Amino acid sequence: MAEKVSLKSVLFNPLSRNNPVVVQVLGICSVLAVTAKLEPAIVMGVSVVTVLAFANVIISLLRNTIPVNIRIIVQLVVVAGLVVIVDQLLKAYAYDASKQLSVFIGLIITNCILMGRLEAFAMSNKPWPAFLDGVGNGLGYTIILVIVGFVRELFGSGTLLGYAVFPKWMYDAGYVNNGLMILPPMALIVVACIIWAQRTKDKDLCEE
Amino acid sequence: MKALRNYLNRIKPHFEEGGKLQAFRSVFDGMETFLFTPSTVAAPSGAQIHDAVDSKRIMITVVAALLPCLIFGMYNTGYQNWLAAGATEFPTFELLLYGFLAVLPRIAVTYAVGLGIEFVVAQWRREEIQEGFLVTGILIPMICPVETPLWMLAVATAFAVIFAKEVFGGTGYNVFNVALVARAFLFFSYPAQMSGDRVFVASEPILGIGHSVNYADGISGATPLGQIATHTGGALRLQSVVGDDLSWWDAFVGLIPGSFGETSTLCVCIGAAILLVTGIASWRIIVSVVAGALLTGWIANTFQTSTYPASFLSPADQLLYGGLAFAAVFMATDPVTAARTNAGKWIFGFIVGAMAVVIRTYNNGYPEGAMLAVLLGNALAPLIDYCVVQTNIRRRQKRAALSLKGGDR
Repeated sequence: MAEKVSLKSVLFNPLSRNNPVVVQVLGICSVLAVTAKLEPAIVMGVSVVTVLAFANVIISLLRNTIPVNIRIIVQLVVVAGLVVIVDQLLKAYAYDASKQLSVFIGLIITNCILMGRLEAFAMSNKPWPAFLDGVGNGLGYTIILVIVGFVRELFGSGTLLGYAVFPKWMYDAGYVNNGLMILPPMALIVVACIIWAQRTKDKDLCEE
Repeated sequence: MKALRNYLNRIKPHFEEGGKLQAFRSVFDGMETFLFTPSTVAAPSGAQIHDAVDSKRIMITVVAALLPCLIFGMYNTGYQNWLAAGATEFPTFELLLYGFLAVLPRIAVTYAVGLGIEFVVAQWRREEIQEGFLVTGILIPMICPVETPLWMLAVATAFAVIFAKEVFGGTGYNVFNVALVARAFLFFSYPAQMSGDRVFVASEPILGIGHSVNYADGISGATPLGQIATHTGGALRLQSVVGDDLSWWDAFVGLIPGSFGETSTLCVCIGAAILLVTGIASWRIIVSVVAGALLTGWIANTFQTSTYPASFLSPADQLLYGGLAFAAVFMATDPVTAARTNAGKWIFGFIVGAMAVVIRTYNNGYPEGAMLAVLLGNALAPLIDYCVVQTNIRRRQKRAALSLKGGDR
């Protein structure tokens, strides 16, 4: 990082203008996988924020002692350790959510956002900015997860966090939940809509 | 005529840049070019190569080719309703009127939603309104069950027009057939309303015409392919709504339950003739779809097994039942989404026909494979064209290299 970046922009840029999902298009796989319902989406988001923030701090502390040749392995070991801790915590305190997320908590290890932030930021910054960067990027990811989960659960199951939203008379009048919303393709289309809306607002994000 | 032209000339300034009704410019433009030949098509001097056939005329011809299927669909809708209600007399005019009343609101809804979106987008992009929806709007009600709720048609039409067409750049740029995307959306979103034994037969009287169908009386509105997919052991026996045996002639004429406009293979053949005589549809695609379906149907039929009941159908039956014939003539031949090279058209058509029968036969979860097969073909079409073009280039390079060598000597 040659230029001096303000701590504020480190924390807030990933929420919109440099969002890891809709601008950098990373971590798409888990957006498809865990957003059919809102609750697992939130749990997943919180898990990623935790893992990413602490992995960033640890790598940032170790950054001057990690040999360049094996840095990816070191990063993986750190992330894997944190993921196992989060996984065990979820199993202990949020068993149902953990059941729903199944392998996807474990697959945080392979989430491109983590490796990207560790390589691009934590390896060359002090622990405090690295922590803020981790939280910011984790939250940027979580926001997209929550929006997609919200839309998919609302129109796919007619519920939010498990509570029925549409009154019974609507179903009596012929309303039917949209089964396609539960299927993964719709997650891609919802993400595409978010990208569309964002680029309509910020014209300079559009690629040629 | 003169008075109309004068009237249009008088109101025209309002719609031009800076006029009061500027926001509706594309609407005015669309109406004006619909009524009169545009005044600014091409300069009258210089070399101009222009065919008399423009996209509006193509669309109108396709709609004309669809008319036999549409009118027969109306008759069949009435016929199935009368039959299911236990009627013994079938007054032709009333059957037609009932079918007309059943389909009219559906066509109105798809046109209103689809054209509404086209108008808004044209306005937004400051372009003319494109006529692409003319055919799509009539196709969507024809390939859906007659009992599909209107709001579902509206949602599916909006989804298909926005996500299959407008985001790719509008008419002529879409990767997938828009009408089939609408149908696929309905099929995956609302499976209960798109399959089964209650949706393919109109069951309520409309404006006092028709009968109320009581499904408790051993009446089943399942389509022949639906019956096959749920078939469990024993001899395969296809039945009409009231349980009589269906002959291949019934299926050919189209007096069977099915989506609104696709039951009659006879009417599809008439439409195919219109499209081929006017040169709008590619005969290569139609022939190769049929060939692919017959060949795959023959293979499936040769290795028939009760695990996959559709393998009991003879190859010809595969074309008579379900929407395969309709898809071959009106969906696969869509010039925008099909392959464009002649060799590519053969390959494209063959893949569509073969996949339709493979899906239908070897996946009991999807009684009809034609829709998915055409969409798959659409996705492969650019790749097929690419390979055909590259093969041509390589062959010519080889030929050129050979003749160069000859020149050296």
